Amino acid sequence: MTEVPGLFPPHRRGTAPRSARSRAPRRLAGAAAGVVLASTLAACGGGESGGPPTLTWYTNPDSGGQAEIASRCTDAAEGRYRISTAVLPRDASGQREQLVRRLAASDASIDIMSLDPPFIPEFAAAGFLADVPDDVEERVTEGVVQGAIEGATWDDELVAVPFWANTQVLWYRKSVAEAAGLDMDEPVTWEQIVTAAEDQGKLVGAQGARAESLTVWLNALIESAGGSIIEENAEDPADIELGLTTDAAQRAAEVMNLVASSDAASPAFSTENEDASATGFEGERGGFQVNYPFVYARALGAVEAGSLEASVPEDYGAAVYPRVNPDEPAAPPLGGISLGISAFSPDVDLAMEAAECITTAENQAFYFVNDGNPSSKAEVFDDPEVLESFPQAPVIRESLELAKPRPQTPYYSEVSGGLQREFHPPSSVGENTGEAAAELIGAVLRGDQLL
Amino acid sequence: MTQTTLPPVEKTQPVSAPHGKISDRSKSERKLGWLLAGPAFLVMLGVTAYPILQATYESLFAYRLTDPANREFVGLSNYLVILSDQLWWTALGVTLLITVITVAVELVLGFALALVMAKALKSIRPVVRAAILIPYAVITVVSAFAWQFAFDINTGFVNSWFAWIPGVSADTDWFGDTGTSLLVICLAEIWKTTPFISLLLLAGLAQVPEVLQEAAKVDGATWWQRMVKVTLPNMKAAIMVALLFRTLDAFRVFDSIFVMTGGANNTESVSFLAYRQTISRLEIGLGSAVSVLLFLSVVLIAALFIKGFKVDLASARGEG
Repeated sequence: MTEVPGLFPPHRRGTAPRSARSRAPRRLAGAAAGVVLASTLAACGGGESGGPPTLTWYTNPDSGGQAEIASRCTDAAEGRYRISTAVLPRDASGQREQLVRRLAASDASIDIMSLDPPFIPEFAAAGFLADVPDDVEERVTEGVVQGAIEGATWDDELVAVPFWANTQVLWYRKSVAEAAGLDMDEPVTWEQIVTAAEDQGKLVGAQGARAESLTVWLNALIESAGGSIIEENAEDPADIELGLTTDAAQRAAEVMNLVASSDAASPAFSTENEDASATGFEGERGGFQVNYPFVYARALGAVEAGSLEASVPEDYGAAVYPRVNPDEPAAPPLGGISLGISAFSPDVDLAMEAAECITTAENQAFYFVNDGNPSSKAEVFDDPEVLESFPQAPVIRESLELAKPRPQTPYYSEVSGGLQREFHPPSSVGENTGEAAAELIGAVLRGDQLL
Repeated sequence: MTQTTLPPVEKTQPVSAPHGKISDRSKSERKLGWLLAGPAFLVMLGVTAYPILQATYESLFAYRLTDPANREFVGLSNYLVILSDQLWWTALGVTLLITVITVAVELVLGFALALVMAKALKSIRPVVRAAILIPYAVITVVSAFAWQFAFDINTGFVNSWFAWIPGVSADTDWFGDTGTSLLVICLAEIWKTTPFISLLLLAGLAQVPEVLQEAAKVDGATWWQRMVKVTLPNMKAAIMVALLFRTLDAFRVFDSIFVMTGGANNTESVSFLAYRQTISRLEIGLGSAVSVLLFLSVVLIAALFIKGFKVDLASARGEG
């Protein structure tokens, strides 16, 4: 008696907005219809009436890849569940705000959510995420790069399913690097690219705007120098130990200031975000930039739209993130999306199953090619289709192996907000900035100061 | 100083009206009054008083939305934290600066526009009014984006159009420091809300009795004398109400700052501070305390206007 054909066609069921409230009457209606049918047909197997449950997946905006994967997994589920998607705000903090507000009110309409790694500890500590069972954990972490697993882990437990992993690489104009005599096959340092760009009158793009991207940059610099923003985590926010006054943090501040106050920084460096870096890199003064892989797809898109010469993306080269110290490997930023399963979902088991389906290597390869978002599974980078669309795939993979996540703490927005306040504008960063930031974040976490 | 206004009208009371006692008729009128206003009053209680009381209650707790288990009563310590923090005073200063600048400029501009609307030829008057009102009909976030794109170093036209002004060049980053950011924020606010103030002033202009103007003309008063001695004194109530409404509105500035700078470079207003504590940091207690302080500031401004400048809200509606 699961299906009542004709009365509730599946496509109508799928498009109806789903919530805990709307589900109950539908079930009732289904049950009522079932009773009528049962009395006429007088024979039917048991089972839950009302059709398969619809799982709602809250996605971050993309080029439609997640919606396509949702429909592929709906087909693969063969009627056990359907996945519908709901789109979250554009920026990561807006996504967090909306999800937190809903989850704090135990909203049962969220089943699966696309989460930015820095917010995972906060969600997990608040009890918003359902536990990932051991057998599922084993399957979804197989062949996944270490950084992505770390990003989805809190308190030594996997609390989310790694989906795709992002990282920044050093983009360079081949012509500029050649003219400056830089060998891009060898690792380069920040000093080297700044000097090269200054000599050639070109730009070095990085994200100096007072936003999350500034924390991303600072964290990469500190990790590259061998330090960490959070040295020692703690339950009590007042006991969190920060590593902002270490030698590594001082060195990171030096590099940040060097880049921001050089002639290679754009005049709008203090408001430069990822898009502005990409625009500068596409322009006449484009030389170097640290940025996510999307910039290549963006340039190709601009060529197709006729606003950019085809020779520009042909001049694009990608290398591993610049080093802070010549003899220490760089630690590129780690981003991406993991799938959290809501603890308030009425169908946690099915949602886990759906998350497994979404993150298969096949779907990740599709997502990589379609949306330009790199996979968290190493094997996907050997996919011929991926290699064809993304000539930089090997660099991205190497970069993902080196990448380090941002500080993991339930108080991430305080830590990141405090850093953004003190380290902005980047051209004013000096040897006292780290100490000031540590003091500010400490006072904010103790509740002695506003942020 | 000689000003010409109509003599105040004495409210006449029937001679036979008994003093002190309420007649049956006024009793039933009072009852009808409550019946008519009651539902609206209840709705106001529900949508205004309840949230204000709840915010006041929450502001006495250390309460993080993601950590409800550790909710703790802390008395007034949230207020102490806020009032002893430089950030609050900076935000208050920025808010006051934006309020004073925008309201002052809008008053002058709005008055000029009201005169244009009042004096425009009958045939084009509707067109003029519609044209002046359009900015007010634009959603604030949309207007903020439009101004941001205009001044943006990459997408904007301002840098190339106004390069002849000293200090403006292709490399001017308007959102790169406090002064220039606030300038653009104020410009956007002024463009957007001047129509509101001019509309209120237009209503005031219409109330100036034509007889007084004519009498002044007969006495040989110049345009300027009539403006200063007749028009403005008769419009005082309308001007004060327009000022009051706009000041209260300007004090809560949020959208333009949110869109244009995100609060960077010390451009944060008080309401933005409240937003960040409550929505971004999820510190409901601290955020509620900021909101309560913002509310108290608004109440203080309203009280100053009404008591200090003796604004009679009723007289602006022609009930005096």
